[in-house]
Amino acid sequence: MTGSATGLPAKDILMRLERREHRPLLLVVLSPILAVVAALALAGLLIAAAGAPVLEAYGRILTGAFGTRLAATETLTRATPLMLTGLAAAVAFRARLWNIGAEGQFYLGAIMVAALGSTALSGLPGPVLIPLLFTAGAIAGMALMLVPLWLRLRFSVDEVVTSLLLNFVAVLFVSMMIDGPLKDPLAFGWPQSMPVADHALLPKLIERSRLHIGLAVAIVAALLVYLLQSRTVFGLQSRAAGLNPEGAVFAGVPLARTLVKVACLSGGLAGLAGAIEVMGVKGYVTTDLSPGYGYAGIIVAMLANLNPLGVIAAAFFTATMFVGADGMSRALGIPTYIADVTVALSLLTMLIAIFFTQYRIRR
Amino acid sequence: MIADTTAAPVLELAHISKRFGPIVANDDISIALGRGELLALLGENGAGKTTLMSILFGHYTPDEGTVRVDGVELPHGRPRAAIKAGVGMVHQHFSLAPNLTVLENVMTGTEPLWSPRSRTSAARRKLLSIAERFGLGVDPDARLGDLSVGEQQRVEILKALYNDARILILDEPTAVLTNIEAERLFTTLREMARQGLSLIFISHKLDEVMAAADRIVVLRGGRVAAERRAAETNKAELAELMVGHRVTRPTREPAKAGATVFQASRLTVSIGGVERLKEIDFFLREGETLGIIGVSGNGQAALSQLMGGLAAPTGGEMRLFGEPVSALDVHDLVEAGIGRIPEDRHRQGAIGEMTIWENAVLERIRQPLFSRRGIVNRSAGQAFAATIIEEFDVRGGTPTSRTRLLSGGNMQKLILGRNLYRRPKILIAAQPTRGLDEGAVAAVHARILDARRQGTAVLLISEDLDEVIGLADRIQAIVKGRLSAPIAAEDADPRRLGLMMSGDWTSSDRTPNDRISDGPPGEGHPHAS
Repeated sequence: MTGSATGLPAKDILMRLERREHRPLLLVVLSPILAVVAALALAGLLIAAAGAPVLEAYGRILTGAFGTRLAATETLTRATPLMLTGLAAAVAFRARLWNIGAEGQFYLGAIMVAALGSTALSGLPGPVLIPLLFTAGAIAGMALMLVPLWLRLRFSVDEVVTSLLLNFVAVLFVSMMIDGPLKDPLAFGWPQSMPVADHALLPKLIERSRLHIGLAVAIVAALLVYLLQSRTVFGLQSRAAGLNPEGAVFAGVPLARTLVKVACLSGGLAGLAGAIEVMGVKGYVTTDLSPGYGYAGIIVAMLANLNPLGVIAAAFFTATMFVGADGMSRALGIPTYIADVTVALSLLTMLIAIFFTQYRIRR
Repeated sequence: MIADTTAAPVLELAHISKRFGPIVANDDISIALGRGELLALLGENGAGKTTLMSILFGHYTPDEGTVRVDGVELPHGRPRAAIKAGVGMVHQHFSLAPNLTVLENVMTGTEPLWSPRSRTSAARRKLLSIAERFGLGVDPDARLGDLSVGEQQRVEILKALYNDARILILDEPTAVLTNIEAERLFTTLREMARQGLSLIFISHKLDEVMAAADRIVVLRGGRVAAERRAAETNKAELAELMVGHRVTRPTREPAKAGATVFQASRLTVSIGGVERLKEIDFFLREGETLGIIGVSGNGQAALSQLMGGLAAPTGGEMRLFGEPVSALDVHDLVEAGIGRIPEDRHRQGAIGEMTIWENAVLERIRQPLFSRRGIVNRSAGQAFAATIIEEFDVRGGTPTSRTRLLSGGNMQKLILGRNLYRRPKILIAAQPTRGLDEGAVAAVHARILDARRQGTAVLLISEDLDEVIGLADRIQAIVKGRLSAPIAAEDADPRRLGLMMSGDWTSSDRTPNDRISDGPPGEGHPHAS
C-alpha cells in the first residue's frame, strides 16, 4: 500500500509516501475532525442540489443519530453488530487472513440460534440457554471460516475469493431453511424462521428501546481481543505470521495452527454477531436480518486501523453516520441515496485521514 | 583533486548539498565524469551515495548545487529531463514488470499512451541491435519473471540504453548477483565504457571497485573523502578512507577443537520433490568453525534450511550431541541452545514491522522467562532486548522501536545478539555478512570468532571466500548439492578453493568411490576474485 507502484508514468512521480515514525498528537486529533468536515462539505453539494437547506441537514444528521432517546439507542443498537463484525475483520486482517466472509458467518450464526433456540434447547432456563446459544452461533461462524482456511492451507486457494463466495452459499442456505424446516408456520407464509423462545431473548439495557446487553458483550469482546493480541503469545505469533510468514516460521511460529486459531476467532466473532442480532433485536431470522453488517465490518476494521479498541469507536462512528443520514433524508424529504452517499463519503474521507496520520508525502 | 584530462566532462555535479531534517545526507559534493569513464562511488551504507545519485536523476531536489550534462544545467527534480539528457539509472531493486516480456518491459513508457498501435517490430530491431553492440544477450520474448536476477538486471540496463542513455548510473549493481554474474556485468560495463558511454556505479565492496573502476570517489558522512585513480591506490587505503579509520578484520587463532557435537552421514534432503543435498557428510566440533564454500545456488539454501530446522532430511543419519535425530525442528533447536543466523535477515531473520524486543524474543517466546500460561512478559522481553542492544552495540533503535528502522548491519547485530547471548553450543551462520559494509563485517566476524573461542561449534555457510578463509578452521565445498571432503584452512589457497568450488575434486579430496563425474557446474569457471 505504499506509493511505489502506481500505474502512472513512474518516472515523473515527485511524491513518495513515507511511513511516519512519530504521529504528532495534533494530527491524530485533528485529522478525523477534518475528515468529517470534508465529507459533510462534499455531501452538502448534493443536499443543496436536492434543494434542501444544507446547514439544517447537517443538524438533522446529529439529531437523527443522537437527538432523541430513541435515536441514540437506535444508533447504539446498530453499533453492536458492527463492533463484532469489525472485530472479526480486524483479527483476521492482522494475521493477513483475508476473511471477507463475515456476512455469511453472521447469517450462519443467526440461523443456528434460531434452530436451537426455538425448539431443541428452548426447555433450558435463560441464564444457561443464552450463553449456550452465543457459543452455538460462534461455532457456526467458525465452521464456515474454516472452509476457506482449509482450502488455503491444503491447496493454496486465495481465501478472499472463497470466503466471499461462501457468503452467497450461507445466505441461500439460510433462505432454504427459513422457507423449509425452520419456517415459522404462524408467519402467514412469509419466509422467516420460527422465533427463539422468549427467555432466550437478551435483556434490554434501556427499557422501551431496542438496546440490549449485546452492546456490553461486544465491548467486552473488544477488550478481550485487545488483551489477547497485545499480551499473549498467540497475539504475538499471529501478528508475526501476518507480517512476515517466512520470518515467523524461522522463529518457530506454527503457521498453520496459528491461522486456524485466527480463523476460529474471526469466524466466531462474526457468528456471535449474528446470534446476538437475533436474540437481541428481532427474535427470528429473515434474509434481511443484516443490512450488510459483515461487509461494513471490514470498513469498521479499516477505520480502526485493525486496533480492537479502535473498533469500538469506529463502529459508533459508522452507526452514527448510518442512522443520522437516514434521519436526515426522512426529515427533509430528500432522496435516501443522498444519505447513502453521505455515509460512503464520510467513510472514505476518514480512511484518507487515517492514512495520512500514518504516512506522509515526501518530495 | 584529479583534473579530468579528457576534454570537457560529460556530467558535472557541482556543490551538491541535501539535508533531510537534521541529517546532512550530502554536503557540498562535486564530481565530474568524463566520456568513456567508469567511475566508482564508494562508501559505507549511509554515506550519501544513493541520495547523490537520486539528486542526479531528479528523484530528489538538492538544497544547493547544480547538475550539468554536457555543460547544460538540468532542472531539479525532473527525472524526465534527466532521461532526455541521456541519463539512465539502474536501481538496486528493479523497476520491471515480471508478467511482461523483455521487449514489453523495455518499451514501457517509451510510447504515448494513446497511440493506436505499438511499434513493436521497430522496437525489437532497436533492442536487438543494442543487445548485440554491448554483448547483452537476452531473448526479447522471454517473460521477465522467468529470468534469473542477473538477466533481469541486463534487461534493466538495456532499458536505459533503449532510452538512448549515454550516462548510466548503477546503484549497488552487484548486491543481488553471484560472483560469476558480477564478473560478467563488469565485463559488459567495461565494454560500454570503451564504446564511449560514461558510467557511475555505487558500491561498498572494495574488491570490485579496485577491479573494475577507472577512478574512485570515496564518500564518507555525506562528503567527498577522497578521489583516487584505481591504479594509484589499494584496498587497504580505500578501506581506511571509507571508514575514516583503519579497519582490520579480526584474525583467527588456531582452534582447540573439542568433542563432536553434530554429525551428518550421507544425508540427503529433498525440497519440493527436488534433491537439494545429496549424501553429504560433515561434522561440527566444539570450538571449531567449519566453512562451507560454493558458488551461489549449489545447495547452500537447503543446507541452511536443514540446519535451521526448516527442512527434514529424506535420507541418511544425523547425530546431535551424540544422539541420533531424525529431524531438527525450530523449537528443539532453540531449546537445545543452537543459534541460527539466517541467509536473508530481512525475510527470515527479523519481522521488520515488529519491535526490536519482539524480534529478540519471538523464537523463545514459549520459555518461562518470556511468557507464562500464554501471557507475554513484556518487561522481561524489553529488558532482554536492552541487554542485547547494549552488549552487541546495536545502534539506531530502542527495545520498543520498529526493527525495520535498523540498518542491515545493526539488524544483523540484533540477530547475532539474540543467538550468541546464551553462548550457544552450535551456531549456524548462513551468509552472515552479505550486504554489510566493512565496519559491520569486522564486527560480525569478531563476534563469530569470539563465540568459537568460548567453545561454540560454528557452521559458516558463505559465498565470500575471504570470509571463509578468515574464519574457518576446516573448509568443505558445496557443488550441486554434494559436499567435498574437508581440507584444513592452512592448506587452503584461492586456487585450490576455486578448484573445489568447481567440483574438481581429486582423489585426495574425496574417498575412492567418487560419485562426482558430471564436471563443473553451470557455465564458466567459478573464480575467486
